[in-house]
Formats: sequence, structure tokens, C-alpha cells
Amino acid sequence: MRLYLLSLLLAACSGIPGLFLRRRGAEVSAGLMTVSALLGLGAAVGVLAGGPVPSLRLPALALGSPSLLVLDAVAAWFLIPVLLLAACGAWYGVRYWEEAHGHPRWVRLVFGGLTAALVLLVAAAHTWLFLLAWEAMAIGAFLLVLTEDRLAEARRAAWIYLVSTHTGTLCLFGAFALLAGVAGTWDLGALPRGFAASRLGTQTFLLFMVGFGLKAGVMPLHIWLPPAHAAAPSHVSSLMSGVLIKMGILGMVRLITWIPDPPLWWGALFLGLGGVSGILGVAFALGQHDLKRLLAYHSIENIGIILLGLGLGLVGKSTGQPALEALGFAGALLHVLNHSLFKGLLFLAGGAVVHATGTRNLEQLGGLAKAMPWTSGAFLAGSWAICGLPPLNGFVSEWFIYLGAFRAMAGARWPWSVGVLAALALIGALALACFAKAYGTVFLGTPRTAAAAAAHEAPRAMLLPMGVLAGACGLIGVFPMAVAPALDRAIAGLGEALPASSRLAHLPLVTVLALTLALLALGLTRWVWAGRRSEPVPPELPTWDCGYAEALPRAQYTASSFAEGLVTGARWVLFPKVQGPQVQGPFPEPTRFESHVPDPVLDRALEPAFRLGARGLVLLHFFQTGQLPVYLLYVLLTLLFLLIWMVV
Amino acid sequence: MSQALLPTLLNLLLRAFVVLLLPPLIPGLITKIKAWMAGRSGPPVLQLYYDLAKLAQKQAVFSRTTTWVFLAGPVGTVAALLVASLLIPLGHTAPLLAFEGDVILFAYLLGLGRFLTVLSALDTGSAFEGMGAAREVSFSALAEPALFFGFAALARATGSLSLTPMLQSHGMWTAGHLSGPLMLILAGWGIVFLAENSRIPVDDPNTHLELTMIHEVMVLDHSGRPLALILYGASLKLVVLGALLVDPLLPVLSKGWLNGLAFLGGLGLLAVVVGVVESTTARFRMNKVPQFLVAGVLASAFAFLLLLV
Amino acid sequence: MSPDFLIALTMLTNFTLVATSRVNKAIQLAVFQGILMGLIPLAMGLGKHLHILLLALVAIALKGGFIPYLFRRALRQVKIRREVDPYVGYTVSLLLCAAGTGLSLVLAHALPLKAGTTPTFLVPAALATLFTGFLLLVSRRTALTQVVGYLVLENGIYLFGLLLVEEMPVLVETGILLDLFVGVFVMGIVINHIHMAFDSTDTGFLAELKD
Repeated sequence: MRLYLLSLLLAACSGIPGLFLRRRGAEVSAGLMTVSALLGLGAAVGVLAGGPVPSLRLPALALGSPSLLVLDAVAAWFLIPVLLLAACGAWYGVRYWEEAHGHPRWVRLVFGGLTAALVLLVAAAHTWLFLLAWEAMAIGAFLLVLTEDRLAEARRAAWIYLVSTHTGTLCLFGAFALLAGVAGTWDLGALPRGFAASRLGTQTFLLFMVGFGLKAGVMPLHIWLPPAHAAAPSHVSSLMSGVLIKMGILGMVRLITWIPDPPLWWGALFLGLGGVSGILGVAFALGQHDLKRLLAYHSIENIGIILLGLGLGLVGKSTGQPALEALGFAGALLHVLNHSLFKGLLFLAGGAVVHATGTRNLEQLGGLAKAMPWTSGAFLAGSWAICGLPPLNGFVSEWFIYLGAFRAMAGARWPWSVGVLAALALIGALALACFAKAYGTVFLGTPRTAAAAAAHEAPRAMLLPMGVLAGACGLIGVFPMAVAPALDRAIAGLGEALPASSRLAHLPLVTVLALTLALLALGLTRWVWAGRRSEPVPPELPTWDCGYAEALPRAQYTASSFAEGLVTGARWVLFPKVQGPQVQGPFPEPTRFESHVPDPVLDRALEPAFRLGARGLVLLHFFQTGQLPVYLLYVLLTLLFLLIWMVV
Repeated sequence: MSQALLPTLLNLLLRAFVVLLLPPLIPGLITKIKAWMAGRSGPPVLQLYYDLAKLAQKQAVFSRTTTWVFLAGPVGTVAALLVASLLIPLGHTAPLLAFEGDVILFAYLLGLGRFLTVLSALDTGSAFEGMGAAREVSFSALAEPALFFGFAALARATGSLSLTPMLQSHGMWTAGHLSGPLMLILAGWGIVFLAENSRIPVDDPNTHLELTMIHEVMVLDHSGRPLALILYGASLKLVVLGALLVDPLLPVLSKGWLNGLAFLGGLGLLAVVVGVVESTTARFRMNKVPQFLVAGVLASAFAFLLLLV
Repeated sequence: MSPDFLIALTMLTNFTLVATSRVNKAIQLAVFQGILMGLIPLAMGLGKHLHILLLALVAIALKGGFIPYLFRRALRQVKIRREVDPYVGYTVSLLLCAAGTGLSLVLAHALPLKAGTTPTFLVPAALATLFTGFLLLVSRRTALTQVVGYLVLENGIYLFGLLLVEEMPVLVETGILLDLFVGVFVMGIVINHIHMAFDSTDTGFLAELKD
């Protein structure tokens, strides 16, 4: 517990020295954050390796109840990505967000505060502490999204985020209040049997789902994710996408831990939401041409995959199939960790691109692999992992979920889980398309604009965190047995007597095959290289391109044209907005072509609804006189009305 | 002891032969059939071996636009296919590795090959290769579900999640009510086979017209040893995916080596069938290809549904 | 002095406040009412509790000393002697205040309150003071008079608080005092700013801020 508390304290204070130090403030705060991360990771590893579970009772707060911190296995599991991404982000921010961007000391301070709130949240075992940490996290993230407050886009994104997160917190207040009524105490713990099936249980569950779903970015509650991730500084986006949205998942996981007998429709709801989020998330990502919005939609897709895993586990729990339960939960929790790693990596690499070229627009980039080889390698590693391709870590967690779905299907009377299989297969194929587009458009080919041609490699302070994350992805992918025991301990709280994941999935064979793959690749590369002859080859040969040599950079496929086949094929789902060129007459004027895929819920449903509502509310302008006494009169009349109502 | 050792050794030899030496023969067979059906004598059946040997001695030329990703395409595809071939049973002989859930690994290894090929195509910065890459990812998004529905149907029928039990349960297929679903699965997988290996009616492996290229266009700029790897990889893919189609239909024979021969015969028959199909059908218009693939998905899905009732 | 007498005095102060048109007088009356508020718990015999005694003394000091000081500072800067035309005329205000007092007598009788040892007129006086404060806030134009109205409102709430003063925790009582202090402080700043912006403390000008 001491390690954990020290880590918490250091994280919170990591930004403070930076306020006073003139020169090395950034390095000092990054160093403090690293120390905090190492301490916290030590505590987490200790718990996950089978050590005792530390807990702490704080003295009574003014509200009259003691507060409780418990660093159990689930908390330790979620603590790992928090600290890892925070430390990597802090080092990244040293060179990424410097004086020229505005408020670097403020960003460091709030970043430290946000990390501390997250560290507190994972171990909170008392309602008030949980809500306090939740709010602190939400406000911290809001402040960080608002960093570039001179841009209208950032202000809009922060506003949407604030409204969404507070709607969620409101639902959580209600749900926790109902829960406390049943449990009789504000401590968070197991609930009685039969509660989940009652009407009160259903109401509580739905409130929790809305509250946690808003934070996690489940469709259709995802509206804040794309704007917020696009507007925030990249190391903040990486923390938000990697960890913040996982706190919604943490909430759902904790809920599953408290309920010993979930009804079947809970699992079905999770599966439905997971499928929708997954498929629609990746479909909308295909249509984006802003790099960070694309990555944000992929976060929605991966949350969908995590929900599919949780759904499988819940169904297993309801129907008494421990193997299915174990596979589903293990896949979901492992994907939580994996997604944090590779999404954090992708945002950091994307941020390096933005830092070097000044634009997020895919259509204005290109050919960056030559100027930024390490960043390109990092982004490739992240793309490789997020598509779930072996031998990296994305494959292992998706494999668990596939195994669960297959098992559920093989013996059941109604094999509903074939839908899960088809959904995962479709998601995988579409994610591959989208990341081929993203990586190919940004890093491969030739630069499309002068800004892209002038790019430079990111400084070492930015490259090192990317390397750490990529290494972690590779490690988990090639040696999944290393994390299997920790994973088993983490899911132990979710159900009763779950079998070990190492018995259900043959993880050592994955390692063997991964190493074989690597060896074969090395061997073949050596064979190819050995084919070099002694005669020199002219070095500056253009692409042959079927004889059309010297093609312009503008002739390359753009990101939109790459994805056009799929976007047009899915136009009844995506509703792309295409503004075609006006070509008239024999000598037409220069014209333009634009295509966008606006967000379905925010841009196509909510904003028109709000505009309609605003038009209706204009009718109430009569009451808005602008005069203070009139408003006070309204207050007086309300008071009188209430008094009289109380009497009669 | 030698009783157990000999079959294993023969098994290993067969596998090495099929995976390493046999693949270039299959495109040669297909080309020969097509030529024969067109009334020509065509190139020799061993032509691809000669081509590979010639390319292995030539120096590769790289465009100034490309990076190391350009090489990752051919190298990665062949490596992934070789690892995938460790998992797939060749007829009724045992594969080198079989475990629960290896179907997923198999499918995702193919996906890895596709990913790296697409990236190496985009690396050249040419409009042609970008076009091929875009078409490739769009069509594979439709082909994946067809593959997975077929696996799901087989998993349900055999109750197992491993490739070997799925593909080798021949005894079950002779039962009347299971042959219908099997035919549908093989139809769906046949469509996936044609799409993945860029055969007519999805893609013409001999054309270089912009309107019609998918796979051919992605490898336009390769030369020398990388091109050799690409051609070899394409033929290996024919063998690996062909094994998926051929295995469920093979009868179980008494001796191990007879099973191996049966498999080789099956592959040969498959090559002949592909040649005939390519000669007798015309290439689809590009916007008909998605419909064709959706038909494959539906076939596999219906196979699954039939297994439920 | 019996508490009933003080409470009756409070109600009289209400009437006078509503009827006066001179800002100086209004402020003096408000100060007087504030001191009364401080004295009422002592007259009710609650002075035997140390914390209530302390609070009463602090209240008297604040309402009798510090707040008038703030007002005089504001007055010096603003230099107003007479109220500008109020929205509701003085006679009508007086009548409304009387009606309000009557209403509060009726309501207090009908409200489901526990019968205790409190003076009988405490609740009606509280409601009447509340109503007077609101009346001042709603009907006057000068920002200073509105602050006076706010003070009277707070006095009314304070009177209500006296009902529960034995059970009410220290937190709530000090909360009221703090609320008061902050309110006047903020009002002082606001008055200053209105004056600087519009060269007058007519709050009608604030309506220009409406969009």
C-alpha cells in the first residue's frame, strides 16, 4: 500500500516543480512521473504475482463515512496501462508540447493531476471516493482537451466532452444511490443474489450502463470521442484513448464482480452493443481523413471488441459455462491492456507526424517513412497490432474471444455466437483496410505537399516512449504465457472457479509459431539480400509503374480514394456527404470536390434536433426581459407557489 | 521403434515436398490446361521452376520511392504462408502442429500476408499499385466472412475447433444430410479461392490492363529475387488454400503413403478444374465482383444454417 | 426584553424600509434590523450555549459594523442620496408589504411546524421579512437598495434558522453568515462595476446585456 500511495502522491505532484523551474521543468516532471510509474507498477505486479491485496481505510471525511482503497487484482491490472501510458506520455510531452504551443506548465500540472485521479479511481472501493476520482478525472481531461483554447474546434470539442461526461456522472450518482439503498452501506462490494433480476436491479444496471457507456465511448454514446481526441495534444489523446475510456470498462467490470447471478439479457445487451460499436466504429473510421479522428473511431471499435468479450463472459456466467466465462473475460481484460498499449503507441506516433508537418489531414501527408523512419516503424507496429495480426498482441486477445465464441457455438442448441464470429471477422478485415489506408497514405509513397516534404524525425524524447510501447506489444504478442497467470488472477474475481486461460488456449504454441515466423522472415530476407550483385545499380530510379515513370505525387491514391470502394459500398450506413465538382461548358472553371463522413449521432441526429429545439424555444423569449428585478420576481412567485402548495 | 519412425519420416518428407517443391507445378498445370483448351500447346508444365531459377540470379532493382516495407511484402507473405502450411493437414496425413483454435491463426496469417502485400504496393507511390491495393482490401473484406462462416459450419458439424479434425472428418460427410452443407461450404470456399488467388472470374493473372488488375498490379515494381518470392508465394497460396478445398473430399485410405498420393491427385484435379473454369468463364466487370463474393458469403452462411436444422 | 418585542420591532422595520425613499435611511434601518437579529437569540435565552453566544456577537459585529462600513464606501463612490423611480410606487409597496405580512401570518398558522417553546410570532416574522426582502429586490432600481433588500432577505432566513438553532450544526449557521458577507462583498464589486460602466447605479441598464 505504501508503494501505491507514494506513486499516487508523486503522480499528483509531478507537474508542480515544473511551475517554478525555468529550464528543466519538463524533464523533472517527466522524471517524477517515471518514478511514480515504477513504484505503482511494482505494487501492481506484486498483487498480480499472487501477493497479498493491500487495502486502506482513510479517516472519516466530513460526509460522515470512512473511505476505502483496495488494490485488488482487477485494480492492479488496470493500473498497469495507466502508469505506463502516463510515464510514456510525460516523456513524450517534454519535446512535443513546448513553449511555442502554449501553456506547457499548465499541461504538465493537469496531466499529473489526471494521472493521480486515474490511479485513485482504479483502487477506489467506496462510493464517494469513486465519484470524487471520477469527477477529478473528467475535469482534468476537460481542461487538457481545452489546452488550445484559441481554436474554436478545441472549445467545441471540450464543451461536447463536458456535457457528455457530466450526463454520465449524473446517471452514476443515481445508480450508486440505488445501490447504496440495497447494500445498506456506501462501501462498494458484492450484492445479494436476486437483486440483478429485480426491477430495481434492472434500473440500476441501465443507469450504470449509460454512465459507464458514455465514458467508454460505446455507440451511440460515443459523440464526444472523435472531437475530443482530435483536439487534445497527442500525449493527452493517447492517455485518454488508452486509459480514460477504459475506466468506463473498469466500472462495468466492477459491476460484474458485484453481481453473482447476472440475467441472460445483460450478456445479450453487451454483445449487441459490442457488435454495433465494433462494426460501425471501424466503418466510420474508414471515411475519416483526419488522422486523429480516425484513431478515435478505432478506439470505439476496440471498445466494441472488449464488450463482445465481456458479453461472452456474462453469458457464460449466466448459463453456468465456466470455460466460456473464462475465455470471454480473459479476452476482454487482455484486450484492455493490449489496446492501451497499441492505441497509445499510435497516438504518440501520429502526434509525431503532426509535430513534424503541422497537419492532421491525411490527404496532405505522404512519404514520411523516408524522413521519419523510427516513427514510421512505431506506427507500423501499432497498425500491425491493432489489426490483430500475428505475432503481435492484438491477435492474442482477439484469439481468446474467437475461442470463446467457437466454444459457445459448437455445442449450443441455438448457436447465436456465430454472429460474434462474423462480427469479429468483418471488424478484422475492415480494420486491416483502414490501417493500410492510414499507414500507406501517411508514410508511404511520395509527399503530397511541401509541409510533408519538409518533415523531420521526432526527437529522441518522443521516440523512446514509442519504442517502449512497441516493445511491450511485441512481448505480449510473442510470449503471451508471461501474462497468462496475471490475467487469471485478474479475472478470478469476475466469476466462481474459472479455469486457467493457459489450459484453455495453447499459448506456448503461439510463441513457437511466432518465433518460426520471425526466423523464416529473417532467412528469406537474407536470401533476398544475397542476390545483390557486384555491378552498381543506378540509385535514383523512379517507380516503373507499368511504364508510366515520373508520375506526380498528386497521381498517387489519396486516402479517400483508397477507402472509396468500401465507403460507397456501405453508404446506407455511413451516409457520406459528397460535394461534387460543378463542371459545365466546354471551358469549365476550376472547381473542387469534397467528401466527408460526418458522425452519425452527433452531426446527423443530435445537432439537427437541437437546432429544431432552439427554434421552438425562441417562442419563450417573451419571458427573457433582461431585467434583474423581473427574474427576482420569478423567484419570489415560485417561492410563494411552493409555500401555498405545501399548505393546501 | 522404426515402425513409428518411418511413417513420421515419410510424413515429413511429403510435407516438405508439397510445401517447398510442389507449388510451382500447380500454376504450370493450370496454364497448360488453359492452353490445351484454347487449342495451343502452351509453355511447359515446369515453366515456373525455370522462371524462379532465372529470377533468382537476376539483380533486384528498387525505386527511389520505396523503403524497407517494399521488401516486407514478398518476404512476409511467404513466411506467413509457410507458417500457415504447418497447420494445415495435407489429405489424411497429420499436420506438424494442431491445436484448438488454429483456424483463427491460419486465417489471420493469410491476413498478415495480405496486409504486407498491400503496404508494399502503396510503398511505390504509384497510382496503379494504389488502385490494386484499394481493390484488394475492399474485396477481402467480403471474402473474410465467407471463410469464417465455412469454419463455423465445420466447427459445428465436427464439434472441434482445430483445422485437422474439421477437415479430416470424412466419415461424417458420407452421411446423407451432411453432404448438402458440405457442398455449400465448398462452393463458398471455392469463390474465396478464386478471389484470393486472383483467378478468372475475379481477376485475370495474365492481364496488365488498368481496368482489370487486382493482384497483378500490386506487384508491378518487383524484380529479381523479391519477384521470385512473390511468384512462389502465389503458388504456395494455391496449394494451401487448395488443401482446404481438397481435404474434406478425400477418402480415408489404409496406408499413409496412399493418403499422400490421394492428396496429390486431389491437388492435380483441383488445378485441372481451375484451368477449365478459367477457360470457360469471362472475367467479371469490377462492380460485379462484390456481388460474386457476397454470393460466396451467402453460400457459407446457408451451409451453417442447414446444419442447424 | 422579551423576544416578542424584538420580533415586533423587526416587522415594523420592514414597513419602514419599504416606505422610505432615501438610500441613507434604508441602510441605517437595515443595520438596525441586523443588530436586532443578533439580539433575538440572546433574548430567547439561548445565550447559555457558548457557540450561539459567540455567533450572536459575531453577527452583531458584522451586521452592525463591517457591513455598514462597506456600504459607506460604496455610497462615497456613487454619491446617491435619493432613490430613482422604483418600478412599484411607495404606497403600493407599503400595501404589498402589509398584504405579505398578513399572508405570512396565515401561512405560518397552516404550515405543519412542530409546536415548541419558540415565540409565537417567530415564523410569521420570518416569512414577512423574507417577503419584504424580495419586494425590495424586485421593485427597486438602485443597486444599493437591492443590496439592502438582500440583507433583509438574509435576516428572514436567519430568523427561520433560529427555530432549529439548538439542533442545527455549527456549519449551517456559519454558512449563513458567510453567505451574507460574501453577498455584500460581491454586491459591492458589482455596484462599482455598474457605476463604472454606465455612470449610474440604475440596474435597468443591465438589460442591455441580454442577447
